Amino acid sequence: MRDEIRFILGDKPHGIRDVAPTTTVLEYLRANGLTGTKEGCAEGDCGACTCIVAAPGAAGVAYKAVNTCIMFVPALDGKQLITVEHLQSADGALHPVQQAMVDNHASQCGFCTPGFVMSLAALHQNNPSPTRAEVNDELAGNLCRCTGYRPIVDAALSLKPGAGFAVPDFGALDTAAMLAIDNAYFAPRSVAELADTLLAHPSATIAAGTTDVGLWVTKLHRDLGTVVALDAVFDMRGIVEADGFIRIGAMATYEDAMAVLSAHYPDLGLLIRRIGSKQIRNRGTIGGNIANGSPIGDSPPALIAIGAVLVLRKGSEQRRMKLEDFFLGYRKTALQPGEFVERIDVPLPAPDAVFRCYKISKRFDQDISAVCAAFLITLSHGVVSAIRSGWGGMAATPAMSKQAEAAMLGKPWNENTLLAAMKALDSDFTPLTDMRASAIYRATVARNLLRKLFVETTADTPRIRLDIPA
Amino acid sequence: MNAIPPAGTLLLNGVGAGVAHDSAAKHVSGAAHYIDDLPEPRDILHAYLALSPHAHARIISMDLSDVAKMPGVVAVMAAKDVPGVNDVGPAMMGDPVFADGVVEYCGQSVFGIAAETREQARAAAAAAKIEYEILPAILTVDEALAAGTFVLPSNTMQRGEPDTAIEAAPHRLKGRVDMGGQEHFYLEGQIAMAIPGEDGDMLVHSSTQHPTEVQHLVARALALSDNQVVTQTRRMGGAFGGKESQASLFAVAAALLAQKSGRPVKCRPDRDDDMVLTGKRHGFRVDYDVGFNDTGRIQGIAFMQAAHCGFSPDLSAAIADRAVFHADNAYFLEHVRIVSHRCKTNTVSNTAFRGFGGPQGMVGIEHVIDEIARYLKIDPLDVRRANFYGVEERNLTPYDMLIEDFVIPDLVEELARTSGYVARRGEIAAFNAESAWIKRGIALVPVKFGISFTLTMMNQAGALVHVYTDGSASVNHGGTEMGQGLYTKVAQVVASEFGIPLAKVKITATTTDKVPNTSPTAASSGSDLNGMAARVAANTIKTRMASVAAGLLGCAPDEMVFAGGLVSGGGKAISFAELAKATHRARVSLSSTGYYSTPKIHYDAKTLKGRPFFYFACGAAVVESEIDTLTGEYRMRRIDILHDCGKSLNPAIDRGQIEGGFVQGAGWLTTEELWWDQSGKLRTHAPSTYKIPGCGDIPAEFHCALYQRGENAEETIYRSRAAGEPPLMLGIAALHALRDAVAASSPDGSLPRFDAPATPERVLMAVEELRAKVASGAVP
Repeated sequence: MRDEIRFILGDKPHGIRDVAPTTTVLEYLRANGLTGTKEGCAEGDCGACTCIVAAPGAAGVAYKAVNTCIMFVPALDGKQLITVEHLQSADGALHPVQQAMVDNHASQCGFCTPGFVMSLAALHQNNPSPTRAEVNDELAGNLCRCTGYRPIVDAALSLKPGAGFAVPDFGALDTAAMLAIDNAYFAPRSVAELADTLLAHPSATIAAGTTDVGLWVTKLHRDLGTVVALDAVFDMRGIVEADGFIRIGAMATYEDAMAVLSAHYPDLGLLIRRIGSKQIRNRGTIGGNIANGSPIGDSPPALIAIGAVLVLRKGSEQRRMKLEDFFLGYRKTALQPGEFVERIDVPLPAPDAVFRCYKISKRFDQDISAVCAAFLITLSHGVVSAIRSGWGGMAATPAMSKQAEAAMLGKPWNENTLLAAMKALDSDFTPLTDMRASAIYRATVARNLLRKLFVETTADTPRIRLDIPA
Repeated sequence: MNAIPPAGTLLLNGVGAGVAHDSAAKHVSGAAHYIDDLPEPRDILHAYLALSPHAHARIISMDLSDVAKMPGVVAVMAAKDVPGVNDVGPAMMGDPVFADGVVEYCGQSVFGIAAETREQARAAAAAAKIEYEILPAILTVDEALAAGTFVLPSNTMQRGEPDTAIEAAPHRLKGRVDMGGQEHFYLEGQIAMAIPGEDGDMLVHSSTQHPTEVQHLVARALALSDNQVVTQTRRMGGAFGGKESQASLFAVAAALLAQKSGRPVKCRPDRDDDMVLTGKRHGFRVDYDVGFNDTGRIQGIAFMQAAHCGFSPDLSAAIADRAVFHADNAYFLEHVRIVSHRCKTNTVSNTAFRGFGGPQGMVGIEHVIDEIARYLKIDPLDVRRANFYGVEERNLTPYDMLIEDFVIPDLVEELARTSGYVARRGEIAAFNAESAWIKRGIALVPVKFGISFTLTMMNQAGALVHVYTDGSASVNHGGTEMGQGLYTKVAQVVASEFGIPLAKVKITATTTDKVPNTSPTAASSGSDLNGMAARVAANTIKTRMASVAAGLLGCAPDEMVFAGGLVSGGGKAISFAELAKATHRARVSLSSTGYYSTPKIHYDAKTLKGRPFFYFACGAAVVESEIDTLTGEYRMRRIDILHDCGKSLNPAIDRGQIEGGFVQGAGWLTTEELWWDQSGKLRTHAPSTYKIPGCGDIPAEFHCALYQRGENAEETIYRSRAAGEPPLMLGIAALHALRDAVAASSPDGSLPRFDAPATPERVLMAVEELRAKVASGAVP
């Protein structure tokens, strides 16, 4: 056990002992004179606080843009933190991203600018010749209220490949022992250690990517009590294909999982691309999106439709549970004290099954769904031989539309069946009115999404979607 | 002595050069300091404002004794503890610092706490014991109109005989369009840091567009004289009108708590509190009754504008007036009546926001134009053309201002041509005929925006320029920098006047002890006013230096040319720096103030007639969008803008204003939705729920050009035109492109009521209404 948080700040090793474990990285930086990183919202939605966190891994050092406003300081343990103050070279020359931003008149008030610079520096490091779509993806989590974005995108597209960041000596940090602070914060380093820690602290708050739990601190001003952080549980990040399943470790981030899920379920890839932002997906985990039981998470509806199964673990005991059985009520799940989600088993698609999912929100990027719908449908000679659905935003939990499914199953997939399913949907759900959408809109768009599924599975064109320029 | 510079020597980044924002390198490196980045003085405290949980309630009792006992708490203040005036109303009173006896909106400041840490201050608020008696609340414009609750008396502007003209016209339409308000969402939230000094003086660092007003309100609340308070503002992280009057609350609260505790106090509400506490763009309801002929030309029109002002007047009088002044946009309305109601509701007091009522007035008339076009089944652009102001006739506004120098017809034709409007309309029709579920639309919308504060008195500015003996210059003025590049433009003016490189001109933070009694940086007036004042100051120094140079070079002072870092005359030249030294040696002052007031403007606040504006700034935008008729979602496919900045002081900065303004305006009318629940709580109070445009919303095809024939006919600073607000209204084209796309689902071309913001929900519900119309067979 060890109570010193050790990371590399810029290019220098840095140790911290005297900080409350739920202090955010942003608060820490600003309190210690690194004020280039800004607070715009303290909820991971504006990107003004974006910094780069680098961590060594099997494929070399990974550089990731993150929202420091909802990342706790101990999560930096064993990693490198690069802020806007660390980009200029020793002689004071601007980083190519910084220079391109100046040359393209890409800052006005300048407050969002350090965040944009850091997002673009991460992109420049990872993808030296990005397309416009890739730039848009990278910047979906950075809001600018002045420029209208055009000059920022131009700056990004003007960049030439560069030298990249120098790799520091991560080994010298010596983080092999488990981080444990004041008997209030634990960062176990394996699934086994995690299971033991949670047995000892069964009511602890489990913190994965803190893209939701972080807001309990910054927005709800809650005392999290004992925290068990999953950052260092390296053997819960893996994604492997075995026995007809894609087995996703609960700590795999959206970004980690996107490629493999996208390969088998292209629509799921498109959906994940729209979950949060790059910064959020770099930290947020599929496991967390499920385990926090939120009614508005986007991955549960899709994974329910696909038929995902959870592997839950308590101590050395494992149990399997269908994802749709996991959600008991508003923010209430089947997890018992001391139990955690270890893995999500996503079945590989049957060859004749078609998967479609739709996310409806006010803004295309970085917005919480008003309605999210997913369908796995199998047609045999024009008859619906199998159908599974998953919905978000329609009830207090992610849910299936059992009555609509019943109206479709075994029926010829035609206009009459569609209308029957649309009608049945009204019995499945009684959605609410809130700031994202009215009940009428939710019900209407939900019915229309069945129509969209119908068109996309019966007409010649595989998708009827808005034109998203590449 | 140096040689005379060759003719055509570059102005060294003076006026007209597209130089980078003065702080660009600092922005990108995190070295630009905003108030929260300044080193904190010793013993600083942090303030928290406790907010009302009710939209309308009487405060029966308030016991804060336990708050004072909470850990870290040093000072607690409520209304009764304010030594001076407990009000931060900008023009009229009505905005208490701390609620006094009654709360009038959910989120209103009730009392303030200063504690050692921000968290302690926030936590302490929970210890307050406050009893409320809940009163009935009026939350919407419709409720306010029905109940007759107004913050200010209603107003009417009329010309001709609108009722008769409407009756007599071949066609008539009546209708209504509502538009929501808009959160500023400046990235840097509201903030102030107050530092007590000697003799009870107070230094206030405030993120404000109006340092003078903050100074005056702090003095008034603290019972000090104005000369005891200094307000400083180096830069804001965005403002957009949201820090014109609304910054004062935080500055005054910090100063009050600093005075009480004797320690520096910083007040920085978090994003949620900021969005709940501060006013927004006014939502409006606009009713219309219009008569027109077969070409779509308006014969008579009557508008009823109802502004959602919130609980207090704030700046609503001038904002509602400006909505009236822009009810015509670019169109001649011969017989017209505009009734303006300033509705009082139990919601936050709405305030200045880029455009200041102008956008709401324009959305009204553009809606009418579009409805006329759909009724007559002709292209909306043709209806616009049929109604444009004329050059020799049909050129008097409803408020009796003669339209001179009107570029819209020429500008619109150029944009229609460069954007391929006609051809694309054909392509879109062909696409829509083939595409069952995705529909496209296109719209061209012009903008004519009046430049000057409508409150004539505010159209004045001061500047202070120094030249040092090494030839460097320093400039200070009353304008504030919020990202719009004002400091850069004014420095370019000074560099051009002196003929020295821009790098030799130092820009200094706006502060009330250098240039006093200033106007807010608002109404797009920043460079017009402050650029002129700085130019006057520089010219005063220049004239003195020319006299000295005349003696040295042996020619007349009025022959002197200041260019290229040299001062030349009579075939000889001296460097500017040498001349500065010589001037000082000659015991001639190298420092001067400058003052400017806008000429020609006047108007009668009662009849709303006169010449409220020095000139107009014009532009136009074409937007093409597509919608998903099953979900209501949409995307812009292409944007084309042509905008007139006159002879631009800085084309790069102006382009930034145009593009950014357009996107902000488009956001207002599409995805940016303010949503209050039934108890009057704002539920869209953070970026997770309030959606401003993101990077991916901007299409690759985003063409923006400055109108090359632009040159202000009025004697503005270097014949430029103001660029701050006008481009915002170009965003109306985004709304109309959606209207056009929705109309593609219409059996007869007409549209159901279609309010803004046009969220996916509104788009879908409009499409569904059209579907139902088809299904019911209401239309053949």
